[in-house]
Amino acid sequence: MSSIWRTLERGVRGNALLVDAGLTCLAVMFIGLSYGAVAVTSGFPVWVPAAQSVLVLAGASEFLFIGIVAAGGSPIAAALAGMLVNARHLPYGLALPPGVTGRGWRRLLGTHLMNDESVVFALGQDDPARKRAAYWTCGLGVLICWPGGAILGALIGSAVHNTGAFGLDAMFPAVILALIVPDLRNRMTLRAALAGAAIALLATPFLPAGLPVLLALAAVLLLARAPSGAAP
Amino acid sequence: MKDGTLVVAGMATLSAGTYAFRWSGQLYAFRWSGQLLRARISFPPRAARLLEAAAVVLLAALVATTALTEGHGFSGFARPAGVLVAGVLAWRKAPFLVVVLAAAAVTAVARLLGVP
Repeated sequence: MSSIWRTLERGVRGNALLVDAGLTCLAVMFIGLSYGAVAVTSGFPVWVPAAQSVLVLAGASEFLFIGIVAAGGSPIAAALAGMLVNARHLPYGLALPPGVTGRGWRRLLGTHLMNDESVVFALGQDDPARKRAAYWTCGLGVLICWPGGAILGALIGSAVHNTGAFGLDAMFPAVILALIVPDLRNRMTLRAALAGAAIALLATPFLPAGLPVLLALAAVLLLARAPSGAAP
Repeated sequence: MKDGTLVVAGMATLSAGTYAFRWSGQLYAFRWSGQLLRARISFPPRAARLLEAAAVVLLAALVATTALTEGHGFSGFARPAGVLVAGVLAWRKAPFLVVVLAAAAVTAVARLLGVP
């Protein structure tokens, strides 16, 4: 681990990297705060967001899991939906140069640290040593800030009793919307997302809770059938 | 929470499945790099795009249902109003905290004014 710090200190852009990683982790902590608060006000005990934030360590899928189960859906269906959201980690692993996630037993932890932030930071560096340093710095930062925020948020959420009066039920969809807005700027993705949302809403009165969200996946067929050369 | 055991099973499935995705991508990159003289193996871009779109579609459906429905019916106007304001703010690249707090504030004020 000490070699990572030496690499960061040696690099001219080391300081900038530390600042960027720090700001990213701060943002992750704020999302974690809202995640913990939302989970608890949706009816989950504190240990659910606490355990998930450490063991899954992938925000969007955890929100999806909480949302489907809170609506009355099956936890297993919610887990499968969450895994679909997390399937992007497979191409992430392909994109990272060998060794970035560590060697030997360290790789067990290094693999767990793979997330949107750590991969982006690693790919943004030039040489292998710096890629490795950036990956671990950001990954460990997220490992501390995401569960830290989630537990703090869950404790704050437990103290609030009248969640409706404070509009806290609007926070959940707002958080997820804020997270996907960058993706929605792509016109094809926006079209599929709107179609999926419409399918889920139309199905809600008729299907058991949790299923309408999964049914929305049918909208992806719109994209699958589009010619591969189609402009976004 | 209805059934604690089932929730734990769901959490374990999601944790293990996510770790498996994290691990398997590296595994393939490692294996192929030796055989093909370290040629860069990349995930088919079209498959990657579909995977990404599927995730966004699921999350968008979750936004729509949690914003507009409660049980099998309509949630009332206060909550979707807050989410709509949040969406506009997010589109205009407002800070995350502003977006989330605005959603709660708009919904709370609407309820205070008697909007269902």
